[in-house]
Amino acid sequence: MTLLDLLLEPLSYDFMVRAFVTTTVAAVVAALLSCWLVLVGWSLMGDAVSHAVLPGVVIAYILGAPFALGALVFGGLAVVLIGAVRDSGRVKEDAAIGIVFTTLFALGLVLVSVTPSQTDLSHIIFGNVLGISSVELAQVLALAVVGSTVLLVKRRDLVLFAFDPTHAHAIGLSTRRLSALLLGVLALTAVVTLQVVGVILVVAMLIIPGATASLLTQRFGRMLVLAPTISALSSIIGIYLSYWLDAASGGMVVLVQGAVFTVVLLTSPRYGPLRRWRARSVPAGVRA
Amino acid sequence: MIEADDVTVRYGDVLALDGVTLRVGAGTVCGLVGMNGSGKSTLFKALMGMVDVTHGGVRVAGHTPARARRQGLVGYVPQTEAVDWGFPVSVHDVVMTGRYGHLGLTRRPRPADREAVAEALDRVELTDLADRQIGQLSGGQRKRAFVARGIAQDARLLLLDEPFAGVDKRSEATIVRLLRELAADGRTVLVSSHDLHALPQLADEAVLLLRRVLFHGSVAEALEPDHLARTFGLEVPPDALGGEAS
Repeated sequence: MTLLDLLLEPLSYDFMVRAFVTTTVAAVVAALLSCWLVLVGWSLMGDAVSHAVLPGVVIAYILGAPFALGALVFGGLAVVLIGAVRDSGRVKEDAAIGIVFTTLFALGLVLVSVTPSQTDLSHIIFGNVLGISSVELAQVLALAVVGSTVLLVKRRDLVLFAFDPTHAHAIGLSTRRLSALLLGVLALTAVVTLQVVGVILVVAMLIIPGATASLLTQRFGRMLVLAPTISALSSIIGIYLSYWLDAASGGMVVLVQGAVFTVVLLTSPRYGPLRRWRARSVPAGVRA
Repeated sequence: MIEADDVTVRYGDVLALDGVTLRVGAGTVCGLVGMNGSGKSTLFKALMGMVDVTHGGVRVAGHTPARARRQGLVGYVPQTEAVDWGFPVSVHDVVMTGRYGHLGLTRRPRPADREAVAEALDRVELTDLADRQIGQLSGGQRKRAFVARGIAQDARLLLLDEPFAGVDKRSEATIVRLLRELAADGRTVLVSSHDLHALPQLADEAVLLLRRVLFHGSVAEALEPDHLARTFGLEVPPDALGGEAS
């Protein structure tokens, strides 16, 4: 079997084509968002919101409502609850986040266990990109377009919000509104991404691409190109590997992303250990 | 330019500002001197409308802080520790954020904005370094980049939080000259500092703050030992006025 056969054979199945499209779309929108999340320092918030949407998604399933609606409601609820617990006084923010999102996630697990359904709701938790339907694909596309559009239209404001919220406030922008916007897109993106890797691993796709890109460039504009490219390519490789090795697709996608991050970190000219080794091997006078 | 009347700010049980009344006119450089926790930052926040004023009122150029913000009248130069210097933005990008208040939905810069940014960079002598990542500048250059942002914004009131921390003597002189020029344009410059030696060259007047205004007047008078002793709540360190103090 040639390499071309290896690449083309999966594409002869409709379900694989849908899986590739869904994965690419989710990888791109999650990677765009990740550029801001890593710079604002919201990795833990990404983890929290992406887990906390689970009960919302299950309730939406029970009511026959769109998943995104349930996710938005519970994403917002998580943020409000985290704020309330933190502001109550004694509990620090990281503890507040930990308490709120695990409790909501647990509620989701309980709801999954008691909800009779034809489709296996555990797919929401672990992802099931190989079993995605055309309707679900259409939903993913619509949400991804909305999320990416909002991010790209407001990209300069969001960069300023990440870099210097005080200045953003001083020139009359509403930092409260910008953070709500980012959280809204976070909840939408969680719905898109959980189709591929499941609720548990969503946070990986919301952090790893941005972190990888930030090692490669000092220009935010380039991060916005690098992160989605790397994320999409490594996710597609992950799907291929899961097909040929008959392994869990969600896990494989994240594993490849993590591997790419590791390689970039080790070889990064600015941050990697090779930098020190190279610096030592070049005579002092020649160094730039 | 600044009108504060009996401004009181409380954070929970903590009294941060206690009946601060203050007038600073246009075209003035005013030094705001006090220890850490004396309320300097809180006063800045009150001028930017970032804290709820428990009692009293603040006006900037005759407007409420909220309105002054929307008109882009207030520029802010953060202290060194408050900035992520590894952030992937160039010097030019940072200065351009000064224009955002003037721009539309996507903040896409127009030719006039690029011109304003180029002029601001020229004014602070950073034109050659415009494409550098912000963290690749020296301490003094970083401060000048943020001052350029205030210039590009055309702020009428410029707030600088500890601008001389981590800045070498030569850059300090450059920044002092620059701030004097901006005041000569009719802008008001409010500089918070617990570092006194730059004050005589820099400021027209000084405010000594310890939750309340202890003194407001000439720099020479502000630097008198008994005033400083009250401001810092202790004996004046012998080297506080010396050229080498930091």
